[in-house]
Amino acid sequence: MTAKTLYDKIWNDHLVLAEDDGSALIYIDRQLIHEVTSPQAFEGLRLSGRKPWRRSANLAVPDHNVPTTDRQAGISDPISRLQVETLDRNCAEFGITEFAMSDIRQGVVHVMGPEQGATLPGMTIVCGDSHTSTHGAFGALAFGIGTSEVEHVLATQCLVQRKAKNMRVAVEGTLQPGLTAKDVILAIIGRLGTAGGTGYTIEFTGSVIRDLSMEGRMTVCNMAIEAGARAGLIAVDATTVNYLTNRPFAPKGALWDQAVAAWAHLHSDDGAHFDAEVEIRAEDIRPQVTWGTSPEMVLPIDGRVPDPNAEADATRRAGIQRALDYMGLKPGTPLTDVAVDKVFIGSCTNGRIEDLRAAAAVVQGRQRASNVRLALVVPGSGLVKEQAEREGLDRIFREAGFEWREPGCSMCLAMNADRLEPGERCASTSNRNFEGRQGYGGRTHLVSPAMAAAAAVHGHFVDITRL
Amino acid sequence: MKAFTRITARVAPLDRANIDTDAIIPKQFLKSIQRAGFGPYLFDEWRYLDHGEPGMDCTDRPLNPEFVLNQPLFAEARILLTRENFGCGSSREHAPWALEDFGIRAIIAPSFADIFYNNCFKNGILPIVLDAKTVDELFTLAGSGHDLTIDLELQTIATQDGRVIPFEIDASRKHRLLHGLDDIALTLQHRAQIEAYEARRRSAAPWLFPDTVPT
Ligand code: SF4
Repeated sequence: MTAKTLYDKIWNDHLVLAEDDGSALIYIDRQLIHEVTSPQAFEGLRLSGRKPWRRSANLAVPDHNVPTTDRQAGISDPISRLQVETLDRNCAEFGITEFAMSDIRQGVVHVMGPEQGATLPGMTIVCGDSHTSTHGAFGALAFGIGTSEVEHVLATQCLVQRKAKNMRVAVEGTLQPGLTAKDVILAIIGRLGTAGGTGYTIEFTGSVIRDLSMEGRMTVCNMAIEAGARAGLIAVDATTVNYLTNRPFAPKGALWDQAVAAWAHLHSDDGAHFDAEVEIRAEDIRPQVTWGTSPEMVLPIDGRVPDPNAEADATRRAGIQRALDYMGLKPGTPLTDVAVDKVFIGSCTNGRIEDLRAAAAVVQGRQRASNVRLALVVPGSGLVKEQAEREGLDRIFREAGFEWREPGCSMCLAMNADRLEPGERCASTSNRNFEGRQGYGGRTHLVSPAMAAAAAVHGHFVDITRL
Repeated sequence: MKAFTRITARVAPLDRANIDTDAIIPKQFLKSIQRAGFGPYLFDEWRYLDHGEPGMDCTDRPLNPEFVLNQPLFAEARILLTRENFGCGSSREHAPWALEDFGIRAIIAPSFADIFYNNCFKNGILPIVLDAKTVDELFTLAGSGHDLTIDLELQTIATQDGRVIPFEIDASRKHRLLHGLDDIALTLQHRAQIEAYEARRRSAAPWLFPDTVPT
């Protein structure tokens, strides 16, 4: 038998039908649903009189619109409220399990799924959300889809897909102390560019990836889409299995043993063919900060804001200039001189317990800098929040002048009340620094939780490896 | 789904790379539970000088005169010409919904983000990939106001001065788009195969088919 990549194996395991032109019908094991990209899909089912193919394959949670303050009061924005209520109604009508806003298990969909063990190795997982790539950390083929496809999966449990190409990104060596999965993936995106992974499924390998916790691996796969790849993958190992043991949706007893045995093949075979390979040395990675309006516009903290005139290509030069104008930055400014107005710690990239611990470790015993108007900590789920409170992290943040909030997407995309005002600059642990992403006219710099926390207490970006 | 066969229309040059779906339709408009009505908010932050919110009447809002779709030459544009990696970022199908509602039927670029590319076909929009050099040449033409004829059956783009540019598209997508076929109905024709797959898989990987799930 020819050597296969992990992606090849999962793909083959889910092939229902292959067409002559290269398209294929693949089976979907799990669909995660949230309130923003599902109402029109449920409406489509209703209009065509169709029923969900396999209700139990779906799991829903509201996250994008939910308020992070005073849940008891409900959602004040009537349009947001209607969207969340519509999810509640649709799940009730179609018999789909939902963790509603008041449920302790509620959280950002990509935090909730793995936490519940609803994400399992070898699965195909979809969600109407591009950061579905997160779940690839478990050796699952997970990718974002549009609303028409959400409806398609509800109705048929399948999707029409074309197989992507295989890319391997190996991160070898040893990370400097203080560096995190976020720095690794930002450095990878800096290397590949935001379209470098388009058309590929990226498997992340190498000693650095193997040494990451599941949470770190999720951070890496989460941002595969920011390199253009719909799906990121990491091979299954003992770290994966340990994480999943006894999770509510994970199999138990004899089924668990059978599953764990089957998962042992979820890695790329020696000699498997990759269409593209990239190697990154861990020693070359420094704490990363984005300076522009695309995640590929990223530099090490020791860097300076780039000069558009140094760029030969006209489209790229114009892109850099536009980004600098939007970001209000001057060429040549050291990144450590860039002061921030707000800090956001949370999101499906960095809203898990280890992220909060890393941020709290930096904050402990310090105070939010006087020029920082708001430092927001938004746990990824109700269970993350509960755990953090058990560990006293909420106290550390509160005493330092940070706000401790209820779980949700929050200022990652500012669909709820948490947002930047025009011109405000934010150190954010989220995944996108697009224009307006965190609020109209807002300026986003993507960083790791420790770097965000350090920016909050120093008032500007600092090199955490030198603290 | 809406069919796409052949159109002749003005092409609007949108000269930027990496246009993301947040720019195509900003997140505040994603709160709608409808599929229609996003057209007035297409490219909202670039198109208007004020900040848009859902439900706003856009007829009185101050337009950004610099933005290409606001210029009289391109007011009737049905084809968008743009740069690489168009539609990157979020998976929101609201982006093609907004483009379609505005009247855009085809988009020409050197490359598209995967999810967006896929979403276009679900909404009767034809995304066309051309090499960067040809895109450059079209930009030169488009600036002064130019109509293109796009024929999906023939897989060609014809310029007003008689140049014919072929493009690639895979057969099943072409077929579905030409006839405006319902993807779900097509898949359900394979019901027996899906059921057979499920039965096979259930015995090989029973933990994926639990009898009960937590509630
Ligand atoms: S946290 Fe941000 S990126 Fe993640 S699902 Fe929510 S809005 Fe999307």
